[in-house]
Amino acid sequence: MFKKEREVFQLMQKIFLFYVEGFKNMKLGKRLWMLILIKLFVLLVVMKWLFFPNFLATNFETDAQRADYVLEHLSNK
Amino acid sequence: MEHSELLIDWSRAQFALTALYHWLFVPLTLGLTFIVAIMETIYVKTGDEWWKKTTKFWMGLLAINFAIGLATGIIMEFEFGTNWSNYSWIVGDIFGAPLAIEGLMAFFMESTFFAVMFFGWNKVSKKMHLTSTWLVAIGSNLSALWILVANGWMQHPVGMHFNPDTARNEMEDFWAVFFNPNAVSKFLHTVSSGYVLASLFVIGVSAWYLLKKREVLFAKRSIIVASSFGLLTSLFLLTSGDESAFNVAQQQPMKLAAMEGLYKGEERAGIIVIGLLDNTKVLGDEKAPFHFKVEIPNALSFLGYHSLSAFVPGIHDLVYGNEKHEIMSVAQKMEKGKLAVEALSDYKKYKKENNSQKAKEALVIFEQNQAYMGYGYLQKPEDAVPNVALTFYSFHTMVGLGTWFLVLFIMTLYFAMINEIEKKRWLLRLMLMTLPLGYVAQEAGWIVAEAGRQPWAIQDLLPVGMAASNVASTSVMITFWLFAILFTGLLIAEIKIMFTQINLGPKGGH
Repeated sequence: MFKKEREVFQLMQKIFLFYVEGFKNMKLGKRLWMLILIKLFVLLVVMKWLFFPNFLATNFETDAQRADYVLEHLSNK
Repeated sequence: MEHSELLIDWSRAQFALTALYHWLFVPLTLGLTFIVAIMETIYVKTGDEWWKKTTKFWMGLLAINFAIGLATGIIMEFEFGTNWSNYSWIVGDIFGAPLAIEGLMAFFMESTFFAVMFFGWNKVSKKMHLTSTWLVAIGSNLSALWILVANGWMQHPVGMHFNPDTARNEMEDFWAVFFNPNAVSKFLHTVSSGYVLASLFVIGVSAWYLLKKREVLFAKRSIIVASSFGLLTSLFLLTSGDESAFNVAQQQPMKLAAMEGLYKGEERAGIIVIGLLDNTKVLGDEKAPFHFKVEIPNALSFLGYHSLSAFVPGIHDLVYGNEKHEIMSVAQKMEKGKLAVEALSDYKKYKKENNSQKAKEALVIFEQNQAYMGYGYLQKPEDAVPNVALTFYSFHTMVGLGTWFLVLFIMTLYFAMINEIEKKRWLLRLMLMTLPLGYVAQEAGWIVAEAGRQPWAIQDLLPVGMAASNVASTSVMITFWLFAILFTGLLIAEIKIMFTQINLGPKGGH
């Protein structure tokens, strides 16, 4: 059991070092990663949080209430 | 409950903006991953280090496009939840599975093997690296599959049952949704259009090198691979386009009529090669729809119904009905739709009152008429007509450019194979000028697909006006402009970084 766990750990370590060395040797890639991280922050944190609340999740507590709201909308044209 | 026109138009505009921007990045990734995989295969088979250098250069440009395009699609999921919450709720059970699989596939397959492809050149075996490159290509295309299955369902809803208690469409048959003819033809046509774009990109950039008399061997080799790939995929694009049009004729005849500016239905209907619509034409008047047109006789009948003499319904037939050809009018559909909406309201009321007998009767009426439910929300029959000019010109732009791309690939492949291409500076200029036209054709195709299906969010079942959330139109306007600024910034960054890398050339490294 211990041998198996050690093999898994060594594999995870190899994968981790693979990524670390890959990043260290990048030239263009570092710039692209900066862009990706900034973009993801703006999209997933700033935009999503400030401007894109889920309308039904925010305004209603249960699925039954959401269903009622949508049914009300659909049946009162 | 109706939302204001302003809210709906801004919500629509925002979704269109984000979708069009997203689609600037995706098709290049779809196609360039395969071109890179082909080039690397040649390298592994021949051992020629030049092919490795060539592969690494295009892989660098792929990485730029991938990085800039990453997560631009997730915006649309946010918009579903905020601006299109009614729609999102109604389709949740259908969309949930394909979008979840898309996310998992994108995350695990593409991202994992992308890292090996990019970082693993001297760390894994040639075979392992090549396998990773092919898996990135396959993974990215399989991601596209699932979102196109979802979109195909919007155009031709199948395999579901509407639950009047939860107001949701519930998936009854996953395979019906997956093998929806609209989804299948849409997937094949969309991904092959990405392959054509990527081929245009490679030959365009290579042409620039040859015009500058730089990287000559690299450019010529790239042109041979890309123009071969482009030629084959252009031919496939023609057949998949034919299949798509056949499905549209069966499932969305109004869209086909708008695509061709066909107001009065005809037997032996022709396809317009080129035409100028009269923009003062109003449905129901006696004016000719075109100032002029050139058409291929019988071709639309054949395209839409695989019969040279088939009747192709026009906008007039579809709106006002045609007894001879058993076409129900929109007014008749609106009556049935109203019955469905009223029955849904009655069902809800009687369920609340615990009157199960009346609720059951209401449910029967609802189920008899629910196929026309969306029509119950239209104000007048003419509301069922999409923007004809937008659909017509987008369709003809797409087809015209697609035809040109095929001709261009034939010419470039021929001159590349006889080793004359660097001398044909007129052709090199055409190759370079055609590169942005690939993007124009891409966007035109999506405008046909989405503008042509208006007024429907879900064909026949839910108009766009009923799909929107009850949010303030000012907040939609603000986010529209925020996205416009953000995505334009990303696009400028991509173009700048791409130009820098292209200027550096294949020796620039990554």
